[in-house]
Amino acid sequence: MKIHGVTLHRKLENHLGLLIFGILFVSAIGGLVQILPSIFQESLGEATQNSHLYSAIELTGRDIYIKEGCHVCHTQQVRPLLAEVHRYGPFSHADEFVYDRPFLWGSKRTGPDLHRIGGKYSDAWHRVHMTDPRSVVPESIMPAYPWLSTSKAADIGDIQKKLHVLKKLGHPYTDEQIRNSPQALQGLSQLDALIRYLQILGTRLSESPP
Amino acid sequence: MTANISNQETYHDEVVKHLIQFSIIWAVLAMFIGVYLAAELIWPRLDFGQFWLSFGRIRPLHTNGIIFGFGVSALMATAFYSVQRTSNIPLFMPRLASFCCFGWQFVVFTGALSLLAGWTSAKEYAELEWPFDLAITIIWICFGIVFFGTIANRRIKPIYVSNWFYGGLIIVISVLHIVNNLAIPISIDKSYSVYAGAQDAIVQWWYGHNAVGFLLTGGFLGMVYYFLPKLANRPIWSYRLSVVSFWAFTYIYIWAGPHHLHYSAIPDWVQSLGMVMSIILLAPSWATMINGIMTVSTAWKKLSIDPALKFIVLSLAFYGLATFEGPMLAIRSVNIVSHFTEWTIGHVHSGALGWNAMVTYGTFYFLVPRMVGTDLYSIKLANIHFWLALAGTMLYILSMWGAGISQGLLWLSIDDLGELSYSFTDVLTNMVPYYSLRLIGGLLFLFGTILMAYNLFKTMHGRTVVLVSPPEVLNTNRETTSNIASRLQIEART
Repeated sequence: MKIHGVTLHRKLENHLGLLIFGILFVSAIGGLVQILPSIFQESLGEATQNSHLYSAIELTGRDIYIKEGCHVCHTQQVRPLLAEVHRYGPFSHADEFVYDRPFLWGSKRTGPDLHRIGGKYSDAWHRVHMTDPRSVVPESIMPAYPWLSTSKAADIGDIQKKLHVLKKLGHPYTDEQIRNSPQALQGLSQLDALIRYLQILGTRLSESPP
Repeated sequence: MTANISNQETYHDEVVKHLIQFSIIWAVLAMFIGVYLAAELIWPRLDFGQFWLSFGRIRPLHTNGIIFGFGVSALMATAFYSVQRTSNIPLFMPRLASFCCFGWQFVVFTGALSLLAGWTSAKEYAELEWPFDLAITIIWICFGIVFFGTIANRRIKPIYVSNWFYGGLIIVISVLHIVNNLAIPISIDKSYSVYAGAQDAIVQWWYGHNAVGFLLTGGFLGMVYYFLPKLANRPIWSYRLSVVSFWAFTYIYIWAGPHHLHYSAIPDWVQSLGMVMSIILLAPSWATMINGIMTVSTAWKKLSIDPALKFIVLSLAFYGLATFEGPMLAIRSVNIVSHFTEWTIGHVHSGALGWNAMVTYGTFYFLVPRMVGTDLYSIKLANIHFWLALAGTMLYILSMWGAGISQGLLWLSIDDLGELSYSFTDVLTNMVPYYSLRLIGGLLFLFGTILMAYNLFKTMHGRTVVLVSPPEVLNTNRETTSNIASRLQIEART
C-alpha cells in the first residue's frame, strides 16, 4: 500500500531546503490562526473604563514586583469560578490588562491570587507583611523583603524614559506627566512604590457592564 | 574502532565532549538550586534575608539552568555528534561550532547572574532580558549554520530521522524566541514587551508551550531516534510511523499553547482550540513512544546489562506518562482543579526528570566511554544512579500529585451555606508533608546526578577524544533512511 504523504516526505528528506521550508510552513499554521486574530481583536487591546493607566509611582512599583519575581508565586487572574470569585473577588476581564507590559497572570499559586488585592489590607499591614511576613500571617512561607524599605524607588530605572517608551506603545501619558514623573518618585522607598501598585490592583473594574 | 590516522579527515568530536561536560555541570548546579527552592518552601527563612537567595529570583535560575544550561548543551552535543555520522562527513565550520559551545555557556552563565540581580522580563522560560535575547539569537543562528551546513554537505542522500527533529528544534525555537521576546529596551536591564495584557499572554504561552514542545520534546526525540537504535543495535521499528508522527507532531504541537490560559481573560475559542489540539497531540506523541519501545522490543536482554539502555527505555515510559498527562490537564474540567497548583509542577518534572534527564543520562553513559575509547569507569555506580533517579522521580511526581489535587479540590470546596470551606492558609499548612517528600525525591535525584558526574569525569580523566573517520559509503543514492539506521548501528558495533 502506498501512502501519498510518505512519497511527499521522501522528497523533503532528500532536499534540505524543502525540509526546512516544510518545517517552517507546517509549524507556522497553528500560531498564525491563534495569534493574528487575537492581536487585531479590539476587546483584547483597547482601553475601556475598566483599564487603569499606571502612574509613575505605580509603574515603578510594578517593575519592583517583576524584579523581585512576585509573579513566580502569585497569579493575577481570577477565574470565573464560584469558589474563586468568593475567595478573591470579581473574575478578571481582558480590558483590565491593556496597560500590562508584560502580563503578570502567572502560572502558579504558591501564594494567593493578587489581582483583587487592592484596598483589601491597609498600607501599614503591607509594610509589616513585606518586611516580616510571619509576624502577621504565622503560617506564611513568603520570603521577607527587608531591603525594599531601605532602597529608593528612583533607583528602579529611568522613569521618564519608561513613560516615553510606553507612550510610543500607545499608553496615553501627557508630556506633563512625563516631565513631572521623577519628582513623583522623590523620597519614596521601593516598598512605598510597591504598595502603591498593590493598592491599585484590580480596583478599577466597574460594576456595570461596558 | 576506526584507526587513528592523523592526515585523514575525522569527525569533530572535541566540541561534543566539551558540551557534554558543560551539560553535566549545569545539571548538578541547576538541580542543586531546585533542591534549595524545595527547601525554601518548607523553611522560608532559608533565604537569610538575602535578595539573591530569594525564591522569586532563584526559581527562574533553576528553570533556565535546566532548560538552557543542561538541556540545550546536551542537545547541541548530541546534534553535533549525530549529524556528522548521519551525514557521513565532519562538521561544517567546526570553529563556529566551538563558538556555539563556549558562547552558549557564557550566555547562560552571565544570564544566570543577571537573574540573581533581578533582571527579568517576567515571561516564563524567557526571563532573560534583551541583551541575552540578542546573544541567544546570534548563537542559535550559528548553531543552525553548523547543523544545516553539515547536512547540506552530506554524503548520504536521505536526511536521517533524528535530523528532522533537531532541525525542527533549531527552526521553530528561533521563530518562537524572536517573536515572543520582541520588546523595546529602556536600559540594559529592562525592556517593555511590545505586546500587552491578554495578547501578551497568548504570545507568551505560544512560546512557552512550544519551547517545551520543540526543545524538551522534539529535540530530545532527535536524541532518541539516533541513540536508541544504536544502543539496541536495531534499526528504527517503523520508518513510516516516524514520518507520520514527525509531521503530525510539528503541525499539532503549535496549537496547544492556550491550554495554559484556561478560564483566563483570553477568548473562549482560543482556549477551546488549544484544548482540542492538545488532546489530538496524544496520538503523534504516543506513536513516537511506540516506535521507540518496539525498536528495543527484541533486545530486552540488553536491558539487564546496559545501564545506558535502561535509562533510555525508562525515559520513554516517563515520556509516555507525561504526554498522556499533558492532554488530560489540557481538558478544561480537569484544568479547573489542576491549574495554578503543584500538579503542574509535578507534570513538568515527570517530563524534565523522567524524560529529559533520563534520556540524556542514558545517552551520556553510552557516548562518553565510546568517545574516549574506554569502558565506563563504574557500571555499578551507573546502576545505583538508575535506581536513585527512578526513586527520586517517583517520589517527586507522587508527592506533587497529592499536593496538587488536594490544593485544587480544597480551594474549590464550598460548604452547605455557600461559603468557602478552607482559607488559603488552611490549604497551605497541609502542604508540608508533600513538600517534604518532594524535597527527598529531589535530593535522591540530585545525588544520582552527582554520582553520574563523578563516574563520567573519571571515565574521561586523562583521556583524549578518539579520532573517528567517516566510513566509505557505496551507492549512497539508493540508500533508504531505514537501512542507514541499520548501517549506523553496524558501524557503532565495529
